[in-house]
Amino acid sequence: MTTRIVELRRGILKKNDELAAGLRSRFTTAGVLVLNLVSSPGTGKTAFLERTLRELRARGAQAAALVGDLETDNDARRLAASGAPVRQINTHGICHLDAEMITKHLEGWEGVSLAGLNYLFIENVGNLVCPSSYDLGERIRAALLSVTEGEDKPLKYPGLFNSADAAVITKIDIAEPCGFDRELALHNINEIRPGIRIFETSAKTGAGMDDWLAYLAEQAKPY
Amino acid sequence: MHELSIAASIVESVTESAAAYPGAHVKEVRLRVGALASVVEDSLKFCWELATEGSPLAGAALVIHMLPVILHCDACGADTEIAGVQSFRCPQCGELAADLRQGRELESESIELEEPDEIEEPVEEQV
Repeated sequence: MTTRIVELRRGILKKNDELAAGLRSRFTTAGVLVLNLVSSPGTGKTAFLERTLRELRARGAQAAALVGDLETDNDARRLAASGAPVRQINTHGICHLDAEMITKHLEGWEGVSLAGLNYLFIENVGNLVCPSSYDLGERIRAALLSVTEGEDKPLKYPGLFNSADAAVITKIDIAEPCGFDRELALHNINEIRPGIRIFETSAKTGAGMDDWLAYLAEQAKPY
Repeated sequence: MHELSIAASIVESVTESAAAYPGAHVKEVRLRVGALASVVEDSLKFCWELATEGSPLAGAALVIHMLPVILHCDACGADTEIAGVQSFRCPQCGELAADLRQGRELESESIELEEPDEIEEPVEEQV
């Protein structure tokens, strides 16, 4: 027997990366801005997205959402109340969405064509670790954290926060009773992802939503 | 805990690469994993045996080479390794730096193969 070393230098998630690259070019061709929303469970992704969808529709934009959860279609039903087309992705135990799931769920989505959309939101499974490895073809990865989670969340999950294009702080309406240290949170986000755009929002009161919507409009094609 | 998915992806990727060497047995798989790849070394090793069971990689050892983050600093131009992942500041000048030159890798580096020695064709005697 002889042994030999073979150099590979191949990405482990190459298949996902290739599928994601295909999705990205489809999204670009269709002129739809795609966002991947990532946070812990309970941050308020669904409430934030519901408000975003409603406000976008009120401004005449076409927006749709894919929403990932391990089980149940509760979030899709909540989001559908905004009037936007919503499709649930159940991962049945898998802790993240991948490009194949997105590809599959874009097929046969009744009443939705990518070219007819200005925005497509992908609400990832509540998890701050695993989704960071899986490119979904999005243009903007938004990391969300709520005022109830502790200002050091970005330091605890640098892999995700460092890969984000935007950070959204949610539930700022209850920042005070939670003893949320705003300066510290902003500092920590910036230490992990220098120069990132940060939005301070409340889905309940609507605070900060104008700023967020202006950012979306600036990133998207004109509608 | 997505290390089992990652381990399954490694098995798939490496099995494909190893198919170019029929008859060879994979003894060792070497990975390069960046500090920001969100992969826990111990968890991945824990999942390795389970993921390789019944596959062509069964029994292969997994060697993980962890890579620190290297930042490129726009302010001073230096490319420097940082200790840890808690602050993305250039160690040379202290400025925040967003340009990563290393740290997100999740790739197979190499494999060690054991190949059967070539059976020499019997040479016919010249008459």
